[in-house]
Amino acid sequence: MSNTEPLYVLRGLSKQYSRGKETIPIFSGLDMEIAHGEFIAIMGPSGSGKTTLLNQLGGIDSPTTGEVTFDGKRIDNLGQGALAKWRSDNVGFIFQFYNLMPTLTAAQNVELPLLLSPVKGSERKKRVATALEIVGIGDRAKHYPRQLSGGQQQRVAIARAIVADPKVLLCDEPTGDLDRTSADEVLEMLQLLNTKMGKTIIMVTHDPAAAKYAKTELFLDKGKFIKRGGKK
Amino acid sequence: MFKQISALTKLNIRSIPQRWGMSLATVFSVALVVLVLMAFLAMANGFRATLSGSGSTEVAVMLRKGAQAELNSGVSLAQLRLIREAPGIARNADGNSIVSGELYVIVDGLKRTTMTDVNLPLRGVEPDALVLRQGLKITHGHMFSSGSNELIVGEAILREFAGFDLGSEVRLGTATWKVVGVFSTGGTVFESEIWADAGSIQSLYQRGSGYQSVRAKLDGADGLKALQDWAENEPTLDLDIITEKEFFSSQASGITNIILYMGWPLAIIMAFGALAGAWNTMYASVEARTREIATLRAIGFAGFAAFVSTLVEALLLAFVGGLVGSMIAWLVFNGISASTLGGNFTQVVFAFEVTGEAVQSGIVMALIIGLLGGIIPSIRAARVPLLSVHSG
Ligand SMILES: Nc1ncnc2c1ncn2[C@@H]1O[C@H](COP(=O)(O)OP(=O)(O)OP(=O)(O)O)[C@@H](O)[C@H]1O
Ligand SMILES: [Mg+2]
Repeated sequence: MSNTEPLYVLRGLSKQYSRGKETIPIFSGLDMEIAHGEFIAIMGPSGSGKTTLLNQLGGIDSPTTGEVTFDGKRIDNLGQGALAKWRSDNVGFIFQFYNLMPTLTAAQNVELPLLLSPVKGSERKKRVATALEIVGIGDRAKHYPRQLSGGQQQRVAIARAIVADPKVLLCDEPTGDLDRTSADEVLEMLQLLNTKMGKTIIMVTHDPAAAKYAKTELFLDKGKFIKRGGKK
Repeated sequence: MFKQISALTKLNIRSIPQRWGMSLATVFSVALVVLVLMAFLAMANGFRATLSGSGSTEVAVMLRKGAQAELNSGVSLAQLRLIREAPGIARNADGNSIVSGELYVIVDGLKRTTMTDVNLPLRGVEPDALVLRQGLKITHGHMFSSGSNELIVGEAILREFAGFDLGSEVRLGTATWKVVGVFSTGGTVFESEIWADAGSIQSLYQRGSGYQSVRAKLDGADGLKALQDWAENEPTLDLDIITEKEFFSSQASGITNIILYMGWPLAIIMAFGALAGAWNTMYASVEARTREIATLRAIGFAGFAAFVSTLVEALLLAFVGGLVGSMIAWLVFNGISASTLGGNFTQVVFAFEVTGEAVQSGIVMALIIGLLGGIIPSIRAARVPLLSVHSG
């Protein structure tokens, strides 16, 4: 079971945006390893590049220079199609505003990632039901997002993120839009997914209380990481 | 890939109600274009059907060479006499050939619907004219008597133009006529005519003993050939001899082309308006779904699936518009009666005809509008930046 190779290896990662003639460096020369089974909380001031980093890890944006290796395989140089395939096989995304399809029921939302795999219809239904059970809203399968509370919508989003059994969950402010109680429930859920199901989780958050649920807290500022501790 | 495309297409179509107003406007603008197109096609088809239905293959029409229309043709009495003895013409029980020398003059009429002056055809005929129009029936009154100022009128004349009721007196030119009968020919162009005795027309319109056309019943399938061959060798006969069916279809093609040349450009100009509407609607659709599309792409859906599903939405809206337009056209236009100028510069009454072919053209036009209006927004959908997942 134990995997000594890290899940992510970042080498000399740089990202800059250009606005007209100006180039704005977000971070440069970032080196980092993330082990299998980690639960990292990334904190930092607004505009410090947390979301930008998460985009590189999730393969929805490419670095200006540097390498991103996932499970021993470079992903920073993959083409669009290969990258899409890689994402569907390996990554579950969780966003601050849930990003559910408003015209689909909870179950239909959760089913989306499975439509990219060869899983058959009946098996898909089973897996969707299981995912909804895991996040504790099996009874809301037929509800539309607008009929659910923020916390419930985020649970649906989590179910969607895990249904295809990805190796890593990338969460950008997953509790940013939730009240304390709902936030804690969602964070407990993530913690459970990490400890019981072995999902590697990388979570960006502003909330120090949320960061406490992680094994490792990192602080990103001026393009550099400052390790602030963790439970391990 | 098919699962992806069908999933995203369903997703798009489900989201249409969120853009009811725009989507409906697109459907209606496409429907309107198709409606206009169909109106012209129905008119052209109806006109063509009426004229080509009028012609028989068993009747020969003879006109002065190069005349093309009866109005500017002339046939002398001597020529007519020669034709009566010609081969290739069928004979009746008495052994006489079935031939009618005819005259064709234009008289004024008044259109009931618009109360405007129009030209109506007054045809002078000989007794065999009745036999030469298949299915001709006197439905009211009786045949005119020869040498009299009596008229019979086609049913379409009675229906569309004022003053031709049975028994009424009509002033045409300098003479006063009496309507003594109404005839039907099952919807052919002759129903748009007024008939009188050829002799009366000759004297009242100072035509001497001349005619303008001659119709003859052909003797079987070889009749036309025999007649034509014979006429070739008669130096005094300088005539074009064709079947009546050919005669009418050559008359129809000019007018139907004019109708179509007016109809298509108008429909195409309107189509540009509908296209802009479709483009706008689809653009709004993509705009509204930007974050959804980006999210789907992040999950792993292909840009191509987003492209196809958006295009399908555009095509669907246009297709519905095409169907609605065709349906309305069929309900409203099919069978309605109209009259327009025919080949002789007189009114021809015909029924609009919405054919399957016209419906097909309408739907194709709608789909082209959908395709052209949807393609750029669809490309945009495929190119939604993945980073839009974070947009609020
Ligand atoms: N597409 C872009 N084009 C130009 N600049 C960008 C773009 N995306 C982000 N930036 C800039 O990069 C910097 C880092 O942005 P990023 O969203 O990663 O910050 P963040 O740490 O996630 O902030 P927050 O806590 O507010 O979410 C910001 O200054 C931002 O304005
Ligand atoms: Mg951010």
